[in-house]
Amino acid sequence: MNATPVRTGRRRGHRERAMVPEAEFTSYYGRPIVKPSPWGPDIPAYLFLGGLAGASSLLAAGADLSGNGALRRPARVTALAAILGSFAALVHDLGRPARFHHMLRVAKVTSPMSVGSWILVAYAPMAGLAAAAEFRRLLPGRLGSGRVLPGLGRAAGVVAALLGPAVASYTAVLLTDTATPSWHEGRRDMPFVFVGSAAAAAGGMGMLRTPVTHARAARRMAVGGAMLDLAMSARMESAMGLSAEPMRQGTAGRFRTAARALTATGAVLGARGRASEPGGIVPGGDRAAGRFGVHAVRHLSCRPAVRTRSPLHRGTSTRTPPAELTATGSSTSYESPPGHPASRCPPHRGRRGVPRPRRPAPPAGATSPRAP
Amino acid sequence: MSNRQFGTQDPATAAGYPHPPARKGFFTDTSVCIGCKACEVACKEWNAIPEDGMALTGHSYDNSVGLGASTWRHVAFVEQRKQLGQMPPSLDHAGLDVLALAGGPDPAAAPVGLGMPAMALPGAAPAQERVPFRWLMESDVCKHCTHAACLDVCPTGSLFRTEFGTVVVQDDICNGCGYCVPACPYGVIERPDDAAVGVAQKCTLCYDRLKGDLEPACAKACPTQSIQFGDLDELRERARRRADTLHDAGVTDARLYGHDPEDGVGGTGAFFLLLDEPEVYGLPPDPVATTRDLPQMWRRAGLAAVTLLAGAIAAFAGEVRR
Repeated sequence: MNATPVRTGRRRGHRERAMVPEAEFTSYYGRPIVKPSPWGPDIPAYLFLGGLAGASSLLAAGADLSGNGALRRPARVTALAAILGSFAALVHDLGRPARFHHMLRVAKVTSPMSVGSWILVAYAPMAGLAAAAEFRRLLPGRLGSGRVLPGLGRAAGVVAALLGPAVASYTAVLLTDTATPSWHEGRRDMPFVFVGSAAAAAGGMGMLRTPVTHARAARRMAVGGAMLDLAMSARMESAMGLSAEPMRQGTAGRFRTAARALTATGAVLGARGRASEPGGIVPGGDRAAGRFGVHAVRHLSCRPAVRTRSPLHRGTSTRTPPAELTATGSSTSYESPPGHPASRCPPHRGRRGVPRPRRPAPPAGATSPRAP
Repeated sequence: MSNRQFGTQDPATAAGYPHPPARKGFFTDTSVCIGCKACEVACKEWNAIPEDGMALTGHSYDNSVGLGASTWRHVAFVEQRKQLGQMPPSLDHAGLDVLALAGGPDPAAAPVGLGMPAMALPGAAPAQERVPFRWLMESDVCKHCTHAACLDVCPTGSLFRTEFGTVVVQDDICNGCGYCVPACPYGVIERPDDAAVGVAQKCTLCYDRLKGDLEPACAKACPTQSIQFGDLDELRERARRRADTLHDAGVTDARLYGHDPEDGVGGTGAFFLLLDEPEVYGLPPDPVATTRDLPQMWRRAGLAAVTLLAGAIAAFAGEVRR
């Protein structure tokens, strides 16, 4: 059997071209081919906080330059708090947290995580300096009362605002530069979803902490961000085809539904320009739910049925196997029938997908031979 | 960024070694694998990898489940109701006496009872009761890709390209960020749950043994030469001849996997001769290094960042300086 007729034959609307008998689903005991990322809830929390910080710095710089102190203050504080939370989450998720500084050994453009580390290292001190300007009255002497710190804060705030969009958008590349189908296939639109929800979250936080009369720009940002988020999410899902399926199932699906409802509600409340405070919570919740949803997709996405039919693994290569090598014998379908055990995701029990008895605890003082 | 890495076929030179030795690799010929798992054992022994559970899976003889942090060689077992070769169905072996052909003991002598379960001679059962059966075995390993996604995305420089063209984790550098795990298109590398280890792990192609002019432990232990180690160019040539031999013998299912420098990962350092579709063995049919699309991803992220900046400026349009 040649693999090619199967592939064209499976395409919707061309079933009459199937020249091979309908075959049983092939996989290796229904196991996923690729491994899901080992990242825990720290990472979606970071995706949320990083975007919130980046877009808040934009809001703070805009408020500063337009003389809107009531918006500038909470936005600067939010940016600093969110980026500190980001660092905590990122370090906590490492297998060896004490080696977090190894991220700065090299600078690699092929590694979004390396690029992101350097972006954060540049951004965080600027956000910190801008926030410090808000707390200058706590400082003693001339440093607290002079004009040095506000000026420094403004300059740092502008630099943070220029780096902020990078903080908010690089995280999409972090996810899409993987072999996880539901991440990789969203690579065209995911950065826009991420910056949209970042703007919505920062705008929402600004609305929450600012009197209604001073929160117009925050409302605009929240509404614009929410609209961008909704539009690009819809576009991303329709473009992803089969790889978008896991986003509609299980935990990821519930997060996604919640995110959409919150985004739409937030956009309406923000657009009406009233009810500033409850309206502010909503877009923030949206971003959180959205990022946790995108993250939760990873296990489902690695199941074989999605995996082997993903364009990442077929169709994108111009290579065709020599006819004599594939000419005969095996019959393969790329789709698992509904209800086939392989169409379900293996349980999230580490990589195995197979329940195993717990290993007995090593005796005290024993270390793993692989531990350096 | 013009993905320079996707042009090269000599990864060691591209990584900066001025005069690297010939690129080394594995040719795993699954048609002669007997499923003895000596490679799994030899790998664990040499590399001091801990055991990974002693449970039975019920998946033929495969109880180590798949490649991972504590399984750097993994033997896959697939039982199929299919003939190994494409024998003409009219061919009748009923009259064939293999013992006489081999000059063995006289088949006419009365068999001596050993108290074993009774079983008939092969082919003694009527043809319609026989079912076609073949047992596929394949020893899987890290592919040591020409364009290795794990290596590309590693943010610490822990994963590096050796002078032999292989990809190795430095476990004193890795900080366990876990990025290489979802990046690998084959699902090879893994960060173990065990917090005492915490770093990503996979096959090193026995970098330490290579340094000492020894062949990797798995290839050394393989009793049937299913795992062959050597210079990659020579192995590719040998594999092509082997595939031709099998095709001539009627095993038309035989195909090479990972030998093609034009595929999505630039060809692999460890490649295979398979007897069925790659999916049957749990291998991706058309793997692609995810970093191939990275220039596009950075462009889109840059565009998104500019959109956010423009949106923020628009949000403050008309805000007077108070």
